Amino acid sequence: MQSPTAVLSARSVSVYYGSSLAVRQVSLDIPRGEIVAFIGPSGCGKSTILRCFNRMNDLVASARVEGQITYNDRDLYGPKVDAVAIRSRIGMVFQRPNPFPKSIYENIAFGARINGYRGNMDELVEGSLRRAALWDEVKDKLRDSGLALSGGQQQRLCIARAVAIQPEVILMDEPCSALDPISTLRIEELIKELSGDYTIVIVTHNMQQASRVSDRTAFFNAEATDAGSKVGYLVEYDRTERIFHEPAQEATRDYVTGRFG
Amino acid sequence: MLFNPQLERRYLWDNLFASATWIATGLAILVLLVLLADVLLDGSPRLSWQFITSLPSRKPELAGIAAALGGSIWLLVLTALIAFPIGVGAGLYLEEFSIESWWSRLIEINISNLAGVPSIIYGLLGLQVFARWMQPLTGGRSVLTGALTLALLVLPVIIVSTREALRTVPDGLRQAGFALGATRWQVVSAHVLPLALPGIMTGTILALSRAIGETAALITIGALTFVPFIPNNPTSPFTALPIQIYNWVSRPQQGFHVNAAAGIIILMVVLMMMNATAILLRNRFQKTLT
Ligand SMILES: Nc1ncnc2c1ncn2[C@@H]1O[C@H](COP(=O)(O)OP(=O)(O)OP(=O)(O)O)[C@@H](O)[C@H]1O
Ligand SMILES: [Mg+2]
Repeated sequence: MQSPTAVLSARSVSVYYGSSLAVRQVSLDIPRGEIVAFIGPSGCGKSTILRCFNRMNDLVASARVEGQITYNDRDLYGPKVDAVAIRSRIGMVFQRPNPFPKSIYENIAFGARINGYRGNMDELVEGSLRRAALWDEVKDKLRDSGLALSGGQQQRLCIARAVAIQPEVILMDEPCSALDPISTLRIEELIKELSGDYTIVIVTHNMQQASRVSDRTAFFNAEATDAGSKVGYLVEYDRTERIFHEPAQEATRDYVTGRFG
Repeated sequence: MLFNPQLERRYLWDNLFASATWIATGLAILVLLVLLADVLLDGSPRLSWQFITSLPSRKPELAGIAAALGGSIWLLVLTALIAFPIGVGAGLYLEEFSIESWWSRLIEINISNLAGVPSIIYGLLGLQVFARWMQPLTGGRSVLTGALTLALLVLPVIIVSTREALRTVPDGLRQAGFALGATRWQVVSAHVLPLALPGIMTGTILALSRAIGETAALITIGALTFVPFIPNNPTSPFTALPIQIYNWVSRPQQGFHVNAAAGIIILMVVLMMMNATAILLRNRFQKTLT
């Protein structure tokens, strides 16, 4: 599935933690401006692959990445590529909302400041909060702590924070798993609105969510090795309708219809 | 009946254990109270402004604590100035910057070991290194030598408590910072340190309160027992509260024993003020995290 507009592209990527292989031989392209969902059972390496895309795995001392990942046709792990610079182009939203224990304003301004933003900070804060559909709820309490918000609001603040530095790609690792259904729907709407301007990769355990928001879906699975450990791999990657309605693999069909395991 | 909850027997054990812990706590507090009462009874009549502001003298009723109190404050400030930056820096390095390796593990194990080394050993080290080899710099048996020695003594404690405070900062915060393209120092300085600082300060103050009661190391490096002046520069000779108290206790005259009791009260007040500051800081810390 080589496509000329791929922002990120993985070729035979395997990730090791220490000496144990966690995911093997993953190859997929993330097309520009689309939403790609990663689904699959727990422990199959979705988060691991996601963290390879913005080099967050560099921070795990034992992690080692093999194979090739390109970002705009440049080797992401090449010798001249700076992980810090990459992370300001490829943002991330985490499973548990993790606002800084500072004011709402400061949560947004921090990323802009360290990345040398020279525009009007007030405008940037307002614009980012509007993009994250949070402005109306917090416009009167920008000086309050980000921790004083509800879980769903905190997660939208985290999305606003990621959006504020205008990255090209946003990686989201189960962004709704700590939220109630209504907050979840709001975030899903938000993700759809952001698509087009941003390329989004989202890990989710929620089948409906994957089918509702994504253009493409990658199904990962894990298999036991002789040594007794489990290794994740990419089973199938296609347009979301196909994954959910006419998957090529039996395992994918079983998983998306809930007959797995 | 498959289950026999035996609630009564279980509650009996509960109560027995609760009483045992209560007695243990009560005994500890009782011993402390007796000590306190004894010292207060002996010393409080002697407490006065004259006692706090007078220099030592051969006559017990004229002698005061000023030189020792001044010396202890000098020691406290200098020790803090030396040990805080080095200890916090080392803790930050070990916790946030170093990469796990046999080398970092070796350093870690040795720091924990150093925390358990008897203070007299530090005193001997200070005597040789600071008082003798570095005499041109430190002025020999000076308050600076004392502070350097005490800094060595409290460094392991500061390093360990710095690391503990850093570990209480949730990892999600670091990840959030890195994911925005922050460098390690930006993450540490903007997010990790401000959260950990009250915890680090608490640990430092508790470490310093160990330093202010320290006697053996200071005697080893040669703090004097009769100093009729307050140090006015870091290379001045000095005495400190515990040494002054020790000196008074070893005199035969009853009047000096009363002075010693009064000196103990002053030392305890200083210690309690430091511990109160530590508790205040810790409470603030808990508030910011929730
Ligand atoms: N920091 C780490 N150190 C060692 N092993 C790890 C680490 N992170 C993940 N692993 C291992 O890598 C494998 C894949 O983990 P990963 O977190 O990527 O799975 P996942 O698909 O995201 O699972 P989940 O759906 O539960 O989040 C697991 O076997 C896990 O134990
Ligand atoms: Mg995961």
